[in-house]
Amino acid sequence: MKKYLLAVQFDESAPSPSEGEMQEQQARTAKVTAEMQSAGSWVFVGGLLPSHATTVVRPGNGTTTMTDGPFAETKEQLGGFWVIRCDDLDQALAWAEKCALACGAPIEVRPFEDAQWT
Amino acid sequence: MSTDRSGQLDLDSVYRAEYGRCVATLTRLLGDITLAEEAVQDAFAVAVQKWHEAPPPNPGAWIVTTARNRAIDRLRRESTREARHAQALLLHQGDEPEEVGAVRDDQLRMIFTCCHPALSPLAQTALTLRLLGGLEVAQIARAYLVPEATVAQRIVRAKKKIRDAGIPYRVPDAAELPDRLTSVLTVLYLVFNEGYTSTSGELLRTDLCLEAVRLARALAELMPDEPEVIGLLALLLLTEARRPARVGPSGELVVLAEQDRSLWNRELIAEGHDLVRRCLRRARPGPYQLQAAINAVHTDGPATDWAQVLALYDQLLQHTPTPIVALNRAVAVAEVHGPAPALATIDELDLPGYHLLPATRADLLTRLGRTTDAIAAYDEAITLATNDTQRTFLQTRRARLGREARDDKER
Repeated sequence: MKKYLLAVQFDESAPSPSEGEMQEQQARTAKVTAEMQSAGSWVFVGGLLPSHATTVVRPGNGTTTMTDGPFAETKEQLGGFWVIRCDDLDQALAWAEKCALACGAPIEVRPFEDAQWT
Repeated sequence: MSTDRSGQLDLDSVYRAEYGRCVATLTRLLGDITLAEEAVQDAFAVAVQKWHEAPPPNPGAWIVTTARNRAIDRLRRESTREARHAQALLLHQGDEPEEVGAVRDDQLRMIFTCCHPALSPLAQTALTLRLLGGLEVAQIARAYLVPEATVAQRIVRAKKKIRDAGIPYRVPDAAELPDRLTSVLTVLYLVFNEGYTSTSGELLRTDLCLEAVRLARALAELMPDEPEVIGLLALLLLTEARRPARVGPSGELVVLAEQDRSLWNRELIAEGHDLVRRCLRRARPGPYQLQAAINAVHTDGPATDWAQVLALYDQLLQHTPTPIVALNRAVAVAEVHGPAPALATIDELDLPGYHLLPATRADLLTRLGRTTDAIAAYDEAITLATNDTQRTFLQTRRARLGREARDDKER
């Protein structure tokens, strides 16, 4: 079994959805998570607050500095993620398709390192 | 066994014929493409030394057995976790000869792995040519006019992604098959196209055409019940059949209407027509079958039945409503209904950078006697053409028009 990160890429420059739309989206993603759980593929899921709440801590000269905001000033920010466990990339991609449709956002699929033995 | 006239073993042709099959089988045995390639190359190195006297009756089986033994030796010397894992896999395999069915499935798995949509289109093509076609990196680089290092890097990266991301080595199940098959057919189609009309340099790259036909044949043998697979093979055969007539004595492009039909390969045409009939009986049309049917009409009898071609393009446009299909359909419209309605259908097309749009416009305008507009369209097409032979063809047409325009003025 390999572990994969399914990272939701939210476009933060897009107008925020209405309360109703937000609830519908949450219902859709909760449904996908439930499916993952009953298929035995689910490891973790979490939604993140927008990047206004982000702080970056950088190392340098044996000390650290803090800056307000995300690491890179791009439109698309990590909005949430799933960690799943499955046999191969095809299975991970099948889940990613469901996640993309549920979130209405692109999903980046990345394998975890050395997943063969975990 | 192939030997050349001096009785010497022709190892190159064995390599070309067997490399892909052997790597596919070894990939199943070892669970890793790179290890499989190394083992097969080792085995061919042994073959160079051993075969000069007595070549084995079944070179493919010999290579697989030798490669497996070499891989076991190599893995025993290494002590990484991957090596132990691969060695365990190998030792579980018995010594009995591979069944024909299993070897075929290996090749099919390899085609689907190489053409996996998680790989970039260029990586899919390069991997397919390298792993299934047995083409060397240098040959692929030459065919696509890119530096060898670029191709090598793409292949290495793609193999790494297959391993690290866990792209499976299997034939997709029924639910995934239609989508996945589409990307396999696209790769073979693009390989052939690049050979038939190269993006740059000379018009033809024959080895790419032949390789695409060979792979399409193999795929049709492996999946005889997929109509689009048969359709693609028929399309490639019927196009390949006309290749000898496509270039004139001084390397110039000869358009279909002006081709010497006696140069066409009758055998390939007969085979292509048989396949198209098989598709028609199945009545599950798709874009490749329809294009094959169009080419069957082009290669049937002494001249093209344009009304039939147009009817097929109407169907194709319904299936694949792309501007390129609409442009090709316009050529048939011109033959059936005349240049004016054809021109009207392409006026709204948006194909930025595609030289065949202004080239087709130029031809239609010429036929309508609008010489000045035609010359302007030829100029646009000449600027956009990327292939020397096509550019020369367009320049010749334009020059002829220029002369006629001057003659008209003088008259």
